[in-house]
Amino acid sequence: MSAEAIPLAKPVDNQDEGTLIRRIRNGERELFYDLVRPYERRVFAAAYAILHNEADAEDAAQEAVLKAFKNLRQFREESRFSTWLIQIAVNEARMRRRREHAKVMEPIVDHQPEDASYTPRDFADWREIPSETLERKEIRQRLVEALATLDEKYREVFVLRDVEQLSIEETAKALSISVASVKTRLLRARLMLRDLLAPGFGGGWLSKLSFQKGKKPW
Amino acid sequence: MVVRCEEVWREISNYIDGEIDQPLRTAMEAHIAGCSKCKAILDGTRNVARLYGDERMYPLPLGFSSRLRGKLEQKLSPQRGGALGWMVAFAAAVLAVGTFAVGNSSAFNKPPLRSEHAQPGIHVPPQMMVVVADRGKTFHVQGCEFIHDKTVRSMPAEEAIREGYSPCFRCMSKYLSATALWVPRNSVHGRSGLQDVHN
Repeated sequence: MSAEAIPLAKPVDNQDEGTLIRRIRNGERELFYDLVRPYERRVFAAAYAILHNEADAEDAAQEAVLKAFKNLRQFREESRFSTWLIQIAVNEARMRRRREHAKVMEPIVDHQPEDASYTPRDFADWREIPSETLERKEIRQRLVEALATLDEKYREVFVLRDVEQLSIEETAKALSISVASVKTRLLRARLMLRDLLAPGFGGGWLSKLSFQKGKKPW
Repeated sequence: MVVRCEEVWREISNYIDGEIDQPLRTAMEAHIAGCSKCKAILDGTRNVARLYGDERMYPLPLGFSSRLRGKLEQKLSPQRGGALGWMVAFAAAVLAVGTFAVGNSSAFNKPPLRSEHAQPGIHVPPQMMVVVADRGKTFHVQGCEFIHDKTVRSMPAEEAIREGYSPCFRCMSKYLSATALWVPRNSVHGRSGLQDVHN
């Protein structure tokens, strides 16, 4: 077993968080881990969704937390600390991806202008997702690979909105793009991923796994 | 208002996010109810958002939290600097030498339990992820109803045990078998179960 599902710890409420930030800024620097602890899974998820490699994502996530630590004085309290932290993680992951994969990893899907209408390529019926689906590493891997094929501009919007669950406005602000662009890119990203995944989920991916739950094929 | 398939596809993402006005929503619902293709697109698009947003999609690697914490502590320690830093380093060195000299003394190579009434676990899988609260005394599976603190941190079981946490009576009861129930009353270190964790 290489990984374990750890649900997100409940974030501290805004008032507690504000107090914590003030105490850290006033010198109690050892409290910083308490501040980031509720968001460490989200920081890792953002980095992993962009880098699609666990080791690189951990490095990027650690570096993002250290940068947040170093630059805490620059955080403006009108936005949420979690959004600021995730934005740093996305920037860190994006920088590493560009540096390390600039020539190797060309996205294979979609080179059309983002406002061109998108026609679904597949109408496979994909109604239900069994609740245990994501406990299977091979299924998670399929999803990671599908996301990796998207062009960067679609992937980043999708990561902030659907993986990190930021609002459309927060996503727009984090990426310095318009709300309309977020909506357009999000539509494209979701439809492309559906096209990539629906035949697998609607077809054989899940049934192939059934023998692992006790029904042996022999 | 009547909409075509292409219009449904164009607005499907906004439909899921509740970003369209009521007349368009009603028209889309009417269309989708009678169109199997658009129904398939809606279901699939919803599933995409749901799957990637699920917290099980990107589980933290084992030991992530402790490595991150270690990095932060590293970052903090040079800041102490000066005479205090040297004193801390010297104290650590003395402690390390002292611990080495004591060798196999169980009182030194096993951490004290946080609660002297607690029981050690046996056959606890060392890499099993558990959660602890800083002020707590026991480790739990995530979501255990015996967790009372608002914030918890996750770590492998072996690390929790090293920090003196013991298994929760509720969610970790299977690691508290009858053989582990007897603890010498006058010694909090007489815990035969601890070695099993490192096997």
